[in-house]
Amino acid sequence: MPIKSYLVYPHEGRKSELIRALSQIIECDVMPAQNEELLILVTETDNKDEEELLKEKLEAIESLKLLSMVSGFNTPQNS
Amino acid sequence: MYTSLTNRRSFIKKMAALSAMTAAASMFPGILFADEQEKGLPKGNISWKKAPCRFCGVGCGVLVGTENGKAVAVKGDPKSPVNKGLCCVKGYHSIMALYGKDRLTKPLVKKNGQYVETSMKEALDLIASKMKETIKDHGKDAVSIYGSGQWTIPDGYAASKLFKGCIGTNNVEANARLCMATAVTGFLTSFGLDEPMGCYEDIDYADVFFLWGNNMAEMHPVLFSRLLDQRLKRGVKIIDFATRTTRTSMAADRSILFEPQTDLAVANAICYEIIQNGWVNTSFVEKHCNFSKGLTNMGYGLEDNYSFKDKPEKIDFKAYKKFLEAYTPEKVEKISGVSAKDIKYMARLYGDPNKKVMTLWCMGLNQHSRGTWANNLVYNIHLLTGKISTPGNSPFSLTGQPSACGTVREVGTLTHKLPHGVVTNKKHREFAAKIWDVPVENISSKPTYHTVEMFRALDRGDIRFMWIQVTNPMVTMPKLKRYRDGAKKEGRFIVVSDIYPTPTTDIADVILPSAMWIEREGMYGNSERRTQYFEQMVEPPGEAMSDTWQIIEVAKRLGFEKQFYYQPETHIEEIYTEYRRHHDNKKHNMAPLEVLKSQPGAMWPYVDGKSTKWRFNATYDPACSNGENFHFYGKPDGKAVIWQRPYEPAAEEPDKEYPYWLCTGRVVEHWHTGSMTRRIPVLHKAMPNGYVELHPNDAKRLQIKTGDSVKLTTRRGEITLPAAINQRGVPAPMQVFVPFFDEHMLINDITLDSFCPISKEPDYKKCAVKVEKA
Repeated sequence: MPIKSYLVYPHEGRKSELIRALSQIIECDVMPAQNEELLILVTETDNKDEEELLKEKLEAIESLKLLSMVSGFNTPQNS
Repeated sequence: MYTSLTNRRSFIKKMAALSAMTAAASMFPGILFADEQEKGLPKGNISWKKAPCRFCGVGCGVLVGTENGKAVAVKGDPKSPVNKGLCCVKGYHSIMALYGKDRLTKPLVKKNGQYVETSMKEALDLIASKMKETIKDHGKDAVSIYGSGQWTIPDGYAASKLFKGCIGTNNVEANARLCMATAVTGFLTSFGLDEPMGCYEDIDYADVFFLWGNNMAEMHPVLFSRLLDQRLKRGVKIIDFATRTTRTSMAADRSILFEPQTDLAVANAICYEIIQNGWVNTSFVEKHCNFSKGLTNMGYGLEDNYSFKDKPEKIDFKAYKKFLEAYTPEKVEKISGVSAKDIKYMARLYGDPNKKVMTLWCMGLNQHSRGTWANNLVYNIHLLTGKISTPGNSPFSLTGQPSACGTVREVGTLTHKLPHGVVTNKKHREFAAKIWDVPVENISSKPTYHTVEMFRALDRGDIRFMWIQVTNPMVTMPKLKRYRDGAKKEGRFIVVSDIYPTPTTDIADVILPSAMWIEREGMYGNSERRTQYFEQMVEPPGEAMSDTWQIIEVAKRLGFEKQFYYQPETHIEEIYTEYRRHHDNKKHNMAPLEVLKSQPGAMWPYVDGKSTKWRFNATYDPACSNGENFHFYGKPDGKAVIWQRPYEPAAEEPDKEYPYWLCTGRVVEHWHTGSMTRRIPVLHKAMPNGYVELHPNDAKRLQIKTGDSVKLTTRRGEITLPAAINQRGVPAPMQVFVPFFDEHMLINDITLDSFCPISKEPDYKKCAVKVEKA
């Protein structure tokens, strides 16, 4: 049951559009920054297959410029 | 305790979100997720009060929220000029360190091998009687106190006054000897006065930042975020100059790696280039600098009772220039592994008259067997180019503890120091004796033991009583096994004051429960000479008592009621007011307590109601009196010193039997030995245990994968740890890195106790090690 967090960068001027797009995906929790063009995304899926499907959905969002996984929990001990 | 799957998932999601917020905060200083942060804060009638953060030496201002006698929330103080409302992951969780389930709440006395709870009165009586007995049987130099850069200013002051002024022994040391002593001797030898001339505001003006052996992204994340912010706003350059690839390297504009110890040669090569290319600020150097050389081939302090005293000798610019001919970029490339092109690139940045340069360093430069030299060499670069003591031109030594500067360096809790000056100076002793109300003969003119030698003396039996407060030497001492065994010998009496059980409380005869941070009143002094006050916000648990009051109680029992006249309700104010008298001059005046209470700290020298941001610069520093633009008044002739310091190898270098370098250090999640942060669930889960980083090529050759057990063997012993390949950091080939926070994997059992002969600070960054798949 992978739980991952990402920093998400929208294309210029498309932050609101990106928030709306991500909010419609059930596996996603979105936390927009108030004063920067950046969102935090936390994803939760049940297995690797769902994870792959989610990845495809995310890649299809046009307002999304860059998705950067946060390595905070990706420590040597957990890998 | 049972945790439902739903709760667990929710917890993990919160941690994931928190990690992302922390990462975002590192990249976008001041970024707000207000909705989320507000969601995270408890509701209710919360009272918010200011304090400096409990952890590192950056000295971020935090606001602590309390409700019903408990600290319930922390947020960055937007009024603090240090962090401007931002906190790192440790700061945000700092209050959780107050509430670990195994907090020490009752004094414990070892009887027949078992710890037995006792009252605080009985424990303090026992400590005082043991001190008297030890002094009677073995002399006053058989008792000692070992504190830390986490001591508040009043803690360190009370300790110094009791031991140096009243008992009459200079057996006062602190763990800042292990991290900042080299910075001190660097400042003293180059400028005659300790601590940075500039301040954090330099970050807002500098065009280029050199991070010299300094993984700032992990160790000083809030300050690092200010650098990144300047890059976004002004396009500044960040150069990471280090022995290992870290998060800092990844965020920097350039990462330049050098072979361990060879930064001495590279610094000289930069100076060579500056001179060859005509980038010397000639008028600055002629007016404000002298040239000197000192002794070389000093040894490494590996033997007991090692001593060294430098013999400075003045030289001229011509001789210095001649000396540098051995350090052309092409020659140094062969020693250091840094290409001549990169050396020239760095020299060009330093030498460009249109660029303001800030060099930042911490343990990489200080924990160095030629650390004082290394500090001198960085100052040489800034002095030759005249890039010093002006906004944005700043060689800046960072600290790792909240009051390494405020307490250890300014109060002077080191064997040779007094609050003002040194024990070897008669006038300084007379001055201290007058304020302390003790006969001047009480203060010994002879320094006794620096930290490594103090623990060697405990092992030998020259020291019989040691009181350890707010530090964990049984994790941090190099070549630890010797000192652990020594402390356990018959006829030693050890008192440990702490808030949690640690490997150091394991060697104690008496354990005193201490009040932590906002459970008492105090002050810390940070890296930029900023003194910050915090009031008591919550009650300490059980019988826990502040370290200051523990010392006062013992002092009274030893018969020093007159000197320790302080009252329970007002003792912090009384001590601080008395302490200020030691620094009552334009060069070091401390701000009055009411000022510290009203604002997020003040920088000394505090003169005419103002903090001094740039020392030695007549525009900003009222202590300058030579009529020139700059006045390095720490030296009798008002001039700073450019030192001729050569490259010399480390005490122990890789060979056939031990072919790798071993480097140790820290991680962002844990503060030093982890005794507090490992009790904070989010931080512990994020980084639960120690590990060894290897270069991928070495790992491949040794058939080691991440998670495999790896045996490290040095001449001191062996240890087995899980491997980390291409994870947090990546060492250079034939080097390994191990963090020291994990008390279950004591890397210091195998490190070497060599030290800089001038500062006596150990080199934790370099020894030879054999690496095998376990």
